[in-house]
Amino acid sequence: MGLDFSILPKYMDVLLLGCLWTIGITVAAALLSFFVGIFFAVIALYAPWLIKQPFRLIEWVFMGTPLLLQLFLIYFGLVQIGIDLPAFVAGVIGLGLHFAVYNSELIQTAILAVDKGQMEAARTLGLSRGQALRKVVIPQAVRDVIPPIGNNMIALLKDSALVSVIGVSELTLSAQRMIGKTYRPFEFYLAAAALYYIINLSMEWVQRKIERRIAISR
Amino acid sequence: MNEQTKFVEIRHAQKSYGDLEVLKDISLTVDRGQIVGIIGSSGSGKSTLLRAINDLDPLTGGEVWLDGVQVNKNLPYRKYEKHINEMRQQVGMVFQHFNLFPHMTARENVTMAPIMLKGLSKAEANKLAEEQLDEVGLLERIDYYPSQLSGGQKQRVAIARALAMKPKLMLFDEATSALDPELVEEVNLVMKKLAEKHMTMIIVTHEMDFASSVCDRVLFMDQGVVVEEGPPEVIFKNPKQKRTREFLRKHLAGAK
Repeated sequence: MGLDFSILPKYMDVLLLGCLWTIGITVAAALLSFFVGIFFAVIALYAPWLIKQPFRLIEWVFMGTPLLLQLFLIYFGLVQIGIDLPAFVAGVIGLGLHFAVYNSELIQTAILAVDKGQMEAARTLGLSRGQALRKVVIPQAVRDVIPPIGNNMIALLKDSALVSVIGVSELTLSAQRMIGKTYRPFEFYLAAAALYYIINLSMEWVQRKIERRIAISR
Repeated sequence: MNEQTKFVEIRHAQKSYGDLEVLKDISLTVDRGQIVGIIGSSGSGKSTLLRAINDLDPLTGGEVWLDGVQVNKNLPYRKYEKHINEMRQQVGMVFQHFNLFPHMTARENVTMAPIMLKGLSKAEANKLAEEQLDEVGLLERIDYYPSQLSGGQKQRVAIARALAMKPKLMLFDEATSALDPELVEEVNLVMKKLAEKHMTMIIVTHEMDFASSVCDRVLFMDQGVVVEEGPPEVIFKNPKQKRTREFLRKHLAGAK
């Protein structure tokens, strides 16, 4: 049985719909991981000891255990304590928090690397430490970590395939379903791979756009 | 003279880092509208003294008073933060390395604090930014980012940023030391203009010519003490202390 790619156009709509889900879950999780990452970073650097502790536990869980297990816990586990999340939401939360922990590490380093004259200048004007962090230090730190965070976001895109196991009809699961119908794994997996690659390229393009835009303001 | 004329008063300022004493019992008063220059070699404590005035480098002993209010009051943390933020709004500071916010345009650098702290509307703040940047001759650069400005222009924006808070007192910490020689003059001119408007200023500087032409009074500091103070004519032309003479000789020789 040879390869026959002519079968693909017939099912392209399913694959493209899968793409949309993949893009949706990636963008939502990326945004969540970005903002929660900033929040985690600020807690890790500036919160009192007692408040830090639960966040350290969260960090440890999300860094030290497989993402797949985390998705199972959030989707299947939480139901048992009465939290019944839609699969998409569970997937976004799982991916988002998982990558938030990694983003937090990057952002912490970047915050510490912002010249301390920046905080001094802001404080001298009369800003509180919180105001100075929010308006002066963190925006600069975030600009500095856009390239490494972009890399994390591409990893996030690839890991979004894992949410297929909790039943989100994203690209990988869509491909699998078509394979179940047509028994043509090679064609469909290759098509899915190509589509991931295209999404990947567009993410890199967006990242470059952002980097160019902020280059002047660094 | 009564208490009222003592606009800035430093009483027995003392500061140590562990065993190292960088300020040894310094007292100083500055009247409203007065311009005081502080000279001395690096490590003499002059920047530390300046930074103690708005509590960027808190003193380990002594008091700082501004316009009848103690700056370094002994208050619980939260109350102190509120108090010091209010005090700092009244004291403008200009740094050697400008410390402009690189992610903001000149306009945003100037408007940020007035919008956040004084509740100015965007329109009011924009008008203020235009006035202040015009004052330092940079109105046409209002929407430039710091990375697009020269060192002298950056420092002028930094001065505009400080003045936008309408401070009672301006502190200059070697404002021209990091500039290329040909850019020093434009910053000095802005400072002279401020002097003509009778802004109270304390200026830490390495530029003796500038200090002697602008300052009402000059302090020479060495090893954490004020060795000598007086009008610039006396300090620069006819200093009484040996250490002052030595410093000036070395410094002026180095400058030429």
